[in-house]
Amino acid sequence: MRRAVFRNPWLPYALVAPQIVITIVFFFWPAFDSLRLSLYRASPFGDRLIFIGGSNFARLFGDPAYFRSAATSLGFSLVVTVGGLAVALLLASLANAKIRGLALYRTLLLWPYGIAPAVAGVIWLFVFHPSFGVLPYLLSFVTTYQFNWFLKGWVALALIVIAAIWKQFGYNLAFYLAGLQAIPGSVLEAASVDGAGPVRRFFAITFPLLSPVTFFLFTLNMTFAFFETFGLIHAVTQGGPGDATSILVYRAWKDGFDGLQLGYSAAQSVILMLLVIALTAVQFRYAEKKVTY
Amino acid sequence: MSRNSALAHGILVASIVLLAFPLYYAFVISTQSLDEVTSLPPKLAPSTHLVRNYADAWARVGMGRLLLNSTIVALAVALGKIVISLLSAFAIVYFDFRGKQLVFWMIFITLMLPVPVRIVSTYQVVSVLGWVDTYWGLTVPLMASATGTFLFRQYYRTIPDSLAEAAQLDGAGPLRFLWSILLPLSTANIAALFVILFVYGWNEYLWPLMVTNSQEMRTAVIGIDSLIPRTSQLPEWNVAMAAAMMVLLPPVAVIVVMQRWFVKGLIETEK
Repeated sequence: MRRAVFRNPWLPYALVAPQIVITIVFFFWPAFDSLRLSLYRASPFGDRLIFIGGSNFARLFGDPAYFRSAATSLGFSLVVTVGGLAVALLLASLANAKIRGLALYRTLLLWPYGIAPAVAGVIWLFVFHPSFGVLPYLLSFVTTYQFNWFLKGWVALALIVIAAIWKQFGYNLAFYLAGLQAIPGSVLEAASVDGAGPVRRFFAITFPLLSPVTFFLFTLNMTFAFFETFGLIHAVTQGGPGDATSILVYRAWKDGFDGLQLGYSAAQSVILMLLVIALTAVQFRYAEKKVTY
Repeated sequence: MSRNSALAHGILVASIVLLAFPLYYAFVISTQSLDEVTSLPPKLAPSTHLVRNYADAWARVGMGRLLLNSTIVALAVALGKIVISLLSAFAIVYFDFRGKQLVFWMIFITLMLPVPVRIVSTYQVVSVLGWVDTYWGLTVPLMASATGTFLFRQYYRTIPDSLAEAAQLDGAGPLRFLWSILLPLSTANIAALFVILFVYGWNEYLWPLMVTNSQEMRTAVIGIDSLIPRTSQLPEWNVAMAAAMMVLLPPVAVIVVMQRWFVKGLIETEK
């Protein structure tokens, strides 16, 4: 631990003041207010709050739509994260060779990260457009099935999954490539001499050595899929058709702002908070123990 | 070996083409007339309506104002967060003061809860302050996070104590040391944080959607929503795509131009 170098009775407080004020006003106040609000219900005219104890939570846990939404969120995030990472890792492993132009390739892979999820969604919305999009047009040669995401929940889900993966894929691939290039070739050669085939070499050596990269990308992609895809859902499917793409964050927003059920939405926020705290705790434990840095 | 590198080039080129295709397709659509957009088979070559579509999109949603707002928000969030986190990290690393542990944990815990999990309440706070539909409301709440503070704290701790002690012997006070020595040393970290935060601020969707209600205060990512043709409307996808291209260009350009710092920032902020 560093020994403090400067002495001043008031300066350190002045230096942390902006951050502390912002943190209190926009973090602690809203967080505690969410906790408080989750125990209330707005009166029919919205002019006062009525204390109802744990009823909001009871209602949430008794609502099959909420569990559907939780399942959709989890499934969506896992497919985007695990699916996206698996494909990126597979391609990166196949493309792992000492080649020229890696810097240029990296540039050409990283740019989609800059596209807002909502804008990515708009682009894919047209690619999937049932009447004019190129994808349903091409599929119409193979099958007569109507890939209409307006009507079919799974097509709408596929649309947002693909848009989300598209945005993340390039840098997942770029990071895996960089990680693979850092593994010394001699280690893999030694295993090869000992008679380990490519699949065995991958699972016994490459994959464990890549665990820090995988862990880093997993966290990044999960956070993205869980929270930042709100724009994608809002701009493209609006949770529909039905509630096929209504993830938890979208639902909390919709109940709070569209439905003006402040207490009910706050209860959902509280559950989301607990979820994030649990995930962060798991992440810290895992980061300490399992990952080889 | 050469077969390996041929395979590697092949896979990378294929991935890049596949990644670029939707963007190319969006660009192509943004250059076509309504007839071309709605005809089958889809036309995949650029056409002649580029200027018209972009001018149309620009005029319909007041794109100038939207892009200005997004620029203000992205810059304010990036620079504001950099300044406050530079200062607080400096205090935490270089000073001993009562309540330091408390300050540290108060900042640290914000790492856990991103804006989306406290939406309704944050909105109420902003409305109590009278900040709804203002640049203050759009930007300041997005600065309440610890990532920058941690990045600078980690970095300051790698700088030897002797540097600060030497500065002190030369008669430099803490602010002088911060400004003349620490700041120049931190430029790479500042640049890294800037790219990440600029892109974050530009692309933020949920918060501007909630906190603005006039068209003049909308940011670009949500402002183009009204151009997306819904079922009952004329399918003017060419205009929608022109708008999408204009909105996505600035953050993508920042990433491409500042690529080196972008990669550094991605890694550092996630640690």
